[in-house]
Amino acid sequence: MYGLGIVKGLWVTVQHFVDTYTDDIRWLSKRYIDPDKLSYRQSSKGKGLFTVQYPEEKLEVPERFRYLPFLLYEEKPDGTKEDRCTSCGICAKVCPPQCIWIERTEDPVTKRPVPAPKAFFIDTDICMNCGYCAEYCPFDAIKMDHDYEIASYDRTGAHVYDKEKLSKPVSYYAGIRPTDYAAEEQARAEAEAKKAARKAR
Amino acid sequence: MTEVVAPTVEAPAAALESRFPGAVTPDARAGYSGYVVAADQLIEVATALRDEMGYDYLSSVTGVDYIADGKLEAVYHACKTTGGPALVLKVQAPREAPVVPSLVNVYPGADFQEREAYDMYGIRFAGHPNLKRILMWEGFAGYPLRKDWKEAYYEGETKPFESRWPGGDFVRAEEKNIFSHNVAYPAGFTPDDWVPESEVSQYPVFDPSTQGEGHGLKTDKLVVNIGPQHPSTHGVFRMLVTLDGETIVNLQPVMGYLHRNHEKIGERNTFLHNMPFTDRLDYISSMSNNLGYALAVEKLMKVKVPERAEYIRVLMVELTRICNHLWAVGFLLNDLGAFFTPALYAIRERELILDFFEATAGSRMMCNYMRFGGVARDLPERIRDDNTLDFLNDMVFNRLPRAIDDLETYLTDNEIIRSRCIGVGVLPPQQAVAFSAAGPLLRASGVAYDLRRADPYSIYDRFDFKVCTRPNGDIYDRYLIRMDEMRESAKICQQVLRDMPTGGDILAGKPAYNVRVPAGESYGRVEGPKGELGFYIVSTGKTNPYRYHVRAPSFINITLLGELCKGHKVADVVAILGSIDIVLGETDR
Amino acid sequence: MTDALENPNYPVPDELKSNVIVTTIDRLYNWGRRSSVWPMMFGLACCAIEMICTAASRYDLSRFGMEVMRPSPRQSDLMIVSGTVTKKMIPVIVRLYNQMPEPKYVMAMGACASGGGPFKEGYNVVSGVDKFIPVDVYVPGCPPTPQALLNGLIKLQEKIDSQSIASVPWYQSGNSEPVPVPLLGPDLIDLRQRPLFNQLAKQPAAQAVTE
Repeated sequence: MYGLGIVKGLWVTVQHFVDTYTDDIRWLSKRYIDPDKLSYRQSSKGKGLFTVQYPEEKLEVPERFRYLPFLLYEEKPDGTKEDRCTSCGICAKVCPPQCIWIERTEDPVTKRPVPAPKAFFIDTDICMNCGYCAEYCPFDAIKMDHDYEIASYDRTGAHVYDKEKLSKPVSYYAGIRPTDYAAEEQARAEAEAKKAARKAR
Repeated sequence: MTEVVAPTVEAPAAALESRFPGAVTPDARAGYSGYVVAADQLIEVATALRDEMGYDYLSSVTGVDYIADGKLEAVYHACKTTGGPALVLKVQAPREAPVVPSLVNVYPGADFQEREAYDMYGIRFAGHPNLKRILMWEGFAGYPLRKDWKEAYYEGETKPFESRWPGGDFVRAEEKNIFSHNVAYPAGFTPDDWVPESEVSQYPVFDPSTQGEGHGLKTDKLVVNIGPQHPSTHGVFRMLVTLDGETIVNLQPVMGYLHRNHEKIGERNTFLHNMPFTDRLDYISSMSNNLGYALAVEKLMKVKVPERAEYIRVLMVELTRICNHLWAVGFLLNDLGAFFTPALYAIRERELILDFFEATAGSRMMCNYMRFGGVARDLPERIRDDNTLDFLNDMVFNRLPRAIDDLETYLTDNEIIRSRCIGVGVLPPQQAVAFSAAGPLLRASGVAYDLRRADPYSIYDRFDFKVCTRPNGDIYDRYLIRMDEMRESAKICQQVLRDMPTGGDILAGKPAYNVRVPAGESYGRVEGPKGELGFYIVSTGKTNPYRYHVRAPSFINITLLGELCKGHKVADVVAILGSIDIVLGETDR
Repeated sequence: MTDALENPNYPVPDELKSNVIVTTIDRLYNWGRRSSVWPMMFGLACCAIEMICTAASRYDLSRFGMEVMRPSPRQSDLMIVSGTVTKKMIPVIVRLYNQMPEPKYVMAMGACASGGGPFKEGYNVVSGVDKFIPVDVYVPGCPPTPQALLNGLIKLQEKIDSQSIASVPWYQSGNSEPVPVPLLGPDLIDLRQRPLFNQLAKQPAAQAVTE
């Protein structure tokens, strides 16, 4: 019968329409506030309305999510900060669009390089969020951030990140990427134990 | 189903040497393969290759600048639609006056590719009917892919650039340019003395005198310009449509509005640097691009990919294919006027796959996931609140098949779709092969050419799946073939999840950022969602590729657009373009 | 009452604080404008896919009254420059911008539109769309995720909120000047730089910049 195909199509849309309401009733008013419900709605089991009500509710990004890079520093017990970066330059070399500039510190007397960056710039207008810098950094000193809410009205000043703007504490990193952090800490502890064992021998 | 007529007895390609003594010599350079053909005999050789040896499909045409030898080289990859590896032909021409005969009359699919080689290298293809620039504009100074041509922001021959470390004196590239733009002009240039190229001289179709007389009653033909800003062009793509009344008599695609110099940047990059750039070719299916590039480099490096990594790669690539086809089907319906509802349903399923990509690779679209010899990271433990394997099993066994069924009930029998699509934009199989069409476009015309079977790569020989074909080659069949392929991809994913080893390496060797690739050439190709995606790489043994070329299915499939649209109405152009399924990032690169 | 008006419950960016005169009419006027920002249906590259996703089922731009994507510049308020701006495309973009009626806003979505992005060094790439047309909001990222784009759109709404009917330029005398459309010669020609061209042509020594 001519027109049956259209009716069948409409039946699919009606089902989707009804789904949105049955789901509403099922969760009652909790649907839009509860983060667990959001997570369920967004999973492959979810039915009905799929929309995330940003900014009231935010879809959590996965641990491996990468946006812009940031530099890590250790917070020492005495309150001072120590950069993990040794300015070895691997991130600058491995960066595909070459958006990282690093100035190495020189010892004022001996003129030999000191393992700490004097200046560190990332031009976020060039950065392609590929994550190579974090992947190949041998010191776990540069990592990819989760913060994506960084729209601005001006770019000349705001989009070139210097060392100060890039630096974030290790505790922040441990918060956004707990699994990676734990694995790295474990690997580091093992390496140190091996080193100590070798020394003891 | 119409079979492509193949000669009964095929002579092997090696017979070329005895057939054309003196004109065809094996390429003896270390790491190279194929034959070097004398320019004056190229057309005869290509005709023999097509008619007597079964190489009926010209996969790719490109150029290489061997500046040290003072030569430009045109490189051809020809294949058989019955399967097997590609045969490489090369023609050399002096850099000062590079002329190579055009193969458009033997393989019409060479049309745009020769124009691209002309645009980028200045190789003149004698006998080409419309040898104009295709990606850049007429009047642009220089041939950008030549090794001695330097861009305005030139910093060094190859990356990494020395200014980045240890000096680290940050300065934006535009601050160093006197115009504070990314521009460079010939000496003494001023806009006042310059005569701009007119639209008519660039596109003769605009000139009324070229239109000729109408038949019978004297009627004027009308040229309608669609794009580059047009909602139906899937990006920044332009079409010059000549109409007789409402019927299309000619259609000329104009592209290059998203030409981002992928290949020039790719030759400055190191091998590893190129991986995230390939994400941005066909930005809807980045995983496929990653795999194609990784395969091309692995061929040269001769690494063996660990078992688990192979399975993960196939899983990713097939999910990408589903993503891409969902998108293509949704937006084909958009083009037919079913504004957004089918696309919304399709995008919802796509979002769930993207969640998996994001959790695994770190980004929804720009996955940058494959590495030479494996993948970057293993699958994560969890995706949102679900265990990863549960999530995947649920998705490929239940959710995706259900969603495809849903789309099928919703669309396939719809009378409006049937009347808009059946019999429109018909592509006969012989024409499809001649024009080097690839992917769903080719298979919808009844040619069972799928690289996963024709020239198997990775571990596709282990899976049970069907190479789908459809007999009619119209828009409707191109829609149906995408539905079929989604089902087959879901089937492959199911087999991957069944057979995938639970542990083991995901990368051969240690992660290395500075890979050295042995000298030679390699052509790695995969069956991407849009067709044959090939990477032609020439390495000189350094850390950077000497030549890096992408055989982009979107770009070559669009060669057919004019042929497909002739005789149809303007409204059909939009649907035909949608059914070819192009992505401008790949078309223009 | 005045306290509430002087201290609106949304953050006002520093650079806009000087020209904030919040009145009741402004509130109504801005509420109307910010709740019906019609973007132009205009996609350039990868970011356009994320823009479509933002408009689709999961993020649903219509919650902000922005779902009416107009294909014609004459009907749109906002141009989302979503992708790499190439030299071949910039004349078209400038022409589209000139055709948009006031008040018009431009958003640079992603690294490419903001400053050239990873393709910046390429010979056919413009180093940011703001080299030619004024940009109101920049959204970094490559590509910005849909939520990042929504964040940028909310920033734009805040900017609209901070404008006052008394001082907005489109009610001042005269029409705004169109941006001169760049030309495609041997390379992209910015006509505003004509004096510089002539000056360079006169002193051949300065031509060392070009090859």
